[in-house]
Amino acid sequence: MISLNELMPALPEIVLACMGMILLMLGVFRGDGSTRSVSWIAVLVLIVVGVVLSSVQNGRMTAFGGQFVVDDFAHFMKWLIIIGSSFAILMSINFNERESIARFEYPVLILFATLGMFMMVSANDLISLYIGLELQSLSLYVVAAFRRDSLKSSEAGLKYFVLGALSSGMLLYGCSLVYGFAGTTSFEGLATLFKSLGGTGPSVGLVVGLVFLIAGLAFKVSAVPFHMWTPDVYEGAPTPVTAFFAVAPKIAAIALFIRVLVGPFGVLIADWQQVIVLISIASMVLGALAAIWQDNIKRLLAYSSIGNIGYALIGLATGTEAGIRGILVYMTIYLAMNVGTFCCVLAMRRTGRMVENIADLAGLARNQPLMALALAILMFSMAGIPPLAGFFGKLYIFLAAIEAGLYTLAIIGVLASVVGAFYYLRIIKIMYFDEPAEVFDRSMGREVRAILVGTTLFVTFFIVRPDIIVEGAGTAARMLLAG
Amino acid sequence: MIYVLAIFLPLVGATIAGLFGHWLKDKGAQIVTCGGLLLSATFSVIILNEVALKGEPQTIQIFSWIISGGFEVDWSLRFDTLTAVMLVVVTVVSCAVHFYSIGYMHHDPSVPRFFAYLSLFTFFMLMLVTANNFLQLFFGWEGVGLASYLLIGFWYEKPSANAAAIKAFLVNRVGDFGFALGILGVFLMYGSIDFDTVFNATPGKAAATMEFLGGTWHALTVLCLLLFIGAMGKSAQLGLHTWLPDAMEGPTPVSALIHAATMVTAGVFMVARLSPMFEYAPFALDVVCVVGASTAFFAATVGLVQNDIKRVIAYSTCSQLGYMFFACGVSAYAAGVFHLFTHAFFKALLFLGAGSVIHAMSSEQDMRHMGGIWSHIKLTYAMMWIGSLALAGLPFFAGFYSKDMVLEAAFAADSGVGFYAFWMGIIAAVMTAFYSWRLLFMTFHGEPRADEKTMAHVHESPKVMTIPLIVLSLGALFAGYIGYDAFVGTGMNEFWGKAIFVLPTNTAIIDAHHVPLWVKLLPIFVGLIGIGLAYYMYIMRTDMPAKVAAKCWKLYLFLYNKWYFDELYDKLFVQPANYIGRGLWKEGDGTLIDGLGPDGVASLVRNLAGRVSQLQSGYVYHYAFAMLIGVAGLVTLYLYTLG
Repeated sequence: MISLNELMPALPEIVLACMGMILLMLGVFRGDGSTRSVSWIAVLVLIVVGVVLSSVQNGRMTAFGGQFVVDDFAHFMKWLIIIGSSFAILMSINFNERESIARFEYPVLILFATLGMFMMVSANDLISLYIGLELQSLSLYVVAAFRRDSLKSSEAGLKYFVLGALSSGMLLYGCSLVYGFAGTTSFEGLATLFKSLGGTGPSVGLVVGLVFLIAGLAFKVSAVPFHMWTPDVYEGAPTPVTAFFAVAPKIAAIALFIRVLVGPFGVLIADWQQVIVLISIASMVLGALAAIWQDNIKRLLAYSSIGNIGYALIGLATGTEAGIRGILVYMTIYLAMNVGTFCCVLAMRRTGRMVENIADLAGLARNQPLMALALAILMFSMAGIPPLAGFFGKLYIFLAAIEAGLYTLAIIGVLASVVGAFYYLRIIKIMYFDEPAEVFDRSMGREVRAILVGTTLFVTFFIVRPDIIVEGAGTAARMLLAG
Repeated sequence: MIYVLAIFLPLVGATIAGLFGHWLKDKGAQIVTCGGLLLSATFSVIILNEVALKGEPQTIQIFSWIISGGFEVDWSLRFDTLTAVMLVVVTVVSCAVHFYSIGYMHHDPSVPRFFAYLSLFTFFMLMLVTANNFLQLFFGWEGVGLASYLLIGFWYEKPSANAAAIKAFLVNRVGDFGFALGILGVFLMYGSIDFDTVFNATPGKAAATMEFLGGTWHALTVLCLLLFIGAMGKSAQLGLHTWLPDAMEGPTPVSALIHAATMVTAGVFMVARLSPMFEYAPFALDVVCVVGASTAFFAATVGLVQNDIKRVIAYSTCSQLGYMFFACGVSAYAAGVFHLFTHAFFKALLFLGAGSVIHAMSSEQDMRHMGGIWSHIKLTYAMMWIGSLALAGLPFFAGFYSKDMVLEAAFAADSGVGFYAFWMGIIAAVMTAFYSWRLLFMTFHGEPRADEKTMAHVHESPKVMTIPLIVLSLGALFAGYIGYDAFVGTGMNEFWGKAIFVLPTNTAIIDAHHVPLWVKLLPIFVGLIGIGLAYYMYIMRTDMPAKVAAKCWKLYLFLYNKWYFDELYDKLFVQPANYIGRGLWKEGDGTLIDGLGPDGVASLVRNLAGRVSQLQSGYVYHYAFAMLIGVAGLVTLYLYTLG
């Protein structure tokens, strides 16, 4: 019999699971008419979960026989996920109604995906890692194809599902190899084992297993060469779903990435570092180059997110506290910038239909100067221009890389961000200097407007009090490495 | 308190008029700036009384400016006699010019901007003269350069005004380069740029040497020459004078304030201020003397044949600055500053008078289109006479006392350069008198050469313009007589205190009182000759000038084209620079750097980007294949590096 106290660390997840099922029931019995209320309740649930999360949080705790761990790192990441998920629900309310895909399953699925992500972030065992990952992925496959009648959306969901299954297979294969050669699936057990190896180094099978594991995780963060689903899914999925894909699962996956690599495999950094460096460089370069030719803003953002993950992986490649802190700060800022940008994409609607071409933004500065200003600020920030937040995100990452002696990586990163600046700035140029295209419908919706304003303000004024986030990230990184 | 106020009131005025000109309108901006200047001028007179006449020099510390390692600079205001004299000159002339401008500029659409610039200039000039260290001096120096640039180019719609402004700025850069090097050298030598520290340490460095341009030189000579290059630029001395005549593109009040009375004398002020250094660099003093004398001669010759009324006065200014410099060059700093003092009044008077003429003639500046207007604008006519008499140095006018003193000091120096300066000065004096009366006769006498419309419109300027003229004319009449004893006469030592330093062996200024009688009389005599000649050529035999010009056409063209300095510089510096710049731009930057750099890289990136996009085929099995290849590749890499 497990005492209730032992379950306390997992209280947020339990609340989330129960509420998810209750909302599912509510939706089933009340029908699609209840979508709006279910959505709002789901957001409320997420906030409650956040409160529970912060009140339960107290140093490093484990549950379920060590399979589940809670620490400052998990706390920080879970908050980011909560924010990302609630924004995704809020942004969808109006959109789904207008596109007549307002179904109560959407918020419920987001809640379950969130639960999966929570599990990923707190995973302390290869088994719990896989469970969390699959719970998340299954929910995401469904929401990617949420607009069932649309060919593109179905195609996106299917592609994601097939490739996701492949990556899961690789991951599982990696896990089984690791288990086969190490004899344990527990992170703590693995860590102890690797430490005891001393100078002899790990066996080949273990290393191959680790590579497969990395490949599976790289798929989830859409790092090159496991990125190819990203543009298609981003383009095909309904925009709020894309916004969700761009932030929450990325944050969860990168958290998992960090937890696995610097946790149990931290000792083997010499072995995995070059793999991470390689996919980091490939992601940055491809993200910068491939986005140049894109006309569709959602595809462009897909490549942008591939590039951004490349930068985050720089931090992981260092394996140092400064590097981890850099990733956390980077992901926080990345969340704000992406959500804000997707708010703008949501507002690109002309005579009742969504438009997604960059050319449609032409002359926005004259038609909707405030929206253009917000998008310009976000784009400047993405391009990493001071004093906006995006600059600091990159700054901390590059600083960590320099401190860790990864000069080549830092230089390539800077060069890639110069190339990347081209397409961010091009959007600004189109908005401000091109002949105006037709006016967009003025139907942004209150929630979206509020999110846009909030994220833009965050990006603009991050410089005033960067310490709030940087210190939180610092504590989280310290705890992760200490544990 | 009044010390600080006197300095900062113009800045306050400039800031208010400059920033809030739109709300204040013309009237408000004029009240703010003119009021500030009036107060500032009043305070300056009080300061002169306290500092110079009562002999209480003081230094007011405002704050520490820069502290960086061993380099410490305070921001403090130095008030000694030299400063006090300059304060009075600057604020009084500036005040007169401010008021005069109310009338002169009332047609202009951007009056607040003009007054803001004028006040800003005054502030920088006051910063310059109250400087207590080289850096502050440089700050003021550059500040007046900026204000001068803004004011010359005030009518920025005129291409010629813009060109003149840029020219003034660039030529001054040449001088400033020397000046900046000099300051750096001073810091290198003394480890400080504070005036008192430097001056006190100078006697000990009299024999020091320093490395410069690969050779070893007498350190003080090098420093003083470098600093003097700065002075040459600002004071338009031979070689760096080309900007001054062009600067006449600015509004006439600006010419009166900046390009006659104040800014151009900054070089003289600097040499006087640094007299403790120059005294130990005799060669540098000789150079100052020769350059000054040559400028006095050169500018006067050019002034003989110019037709633009303002340009004549501009060359005259250039020439008079030469007098001041050669006075300094024979260690008669007091005489130089005395001439600066009197010159400020009568030259500002001449410029403002010329402005009044131009105003009356509907913006006509060419003297060939004037004439016969003296009966229409009698007051201006009288003022121009007073100014010219003072300039020519006829007895009992201001210029008489100072100019004679300068020439006598040069003679009394009893050295080669002294005699050179003396004779150059005498020849220039003939020409000064000649061109001054040529100007008077061509402008006011003879047959009217303007069209009827202009002539019908000729009118005396309003009171707001004539009263400043009268104030300045009082200066031109009495400044010499009143100042003589204190500046260069018996009260000299008491008056100057420690502000000017002269080695006991350099006695030119004392000996100047005991020169032979003919030396004292010669300047007056040659002045009269010049006037007589002008009368003969422009009143009695009006056909003479054309005949002379035709007969000596080579000389005439040589003078008319200002000794071809502009053409020479154009060939030597401007065109090659232009050529090199264009070459670097088209070939170096356009073809080489853009081609290989931005453009080349951009096209490469576009190319790559296109290929990368093609990878995205849309087929799931392609994607899956990429993933598997990726994993296989990573594993291979791993095993390869391991084994």
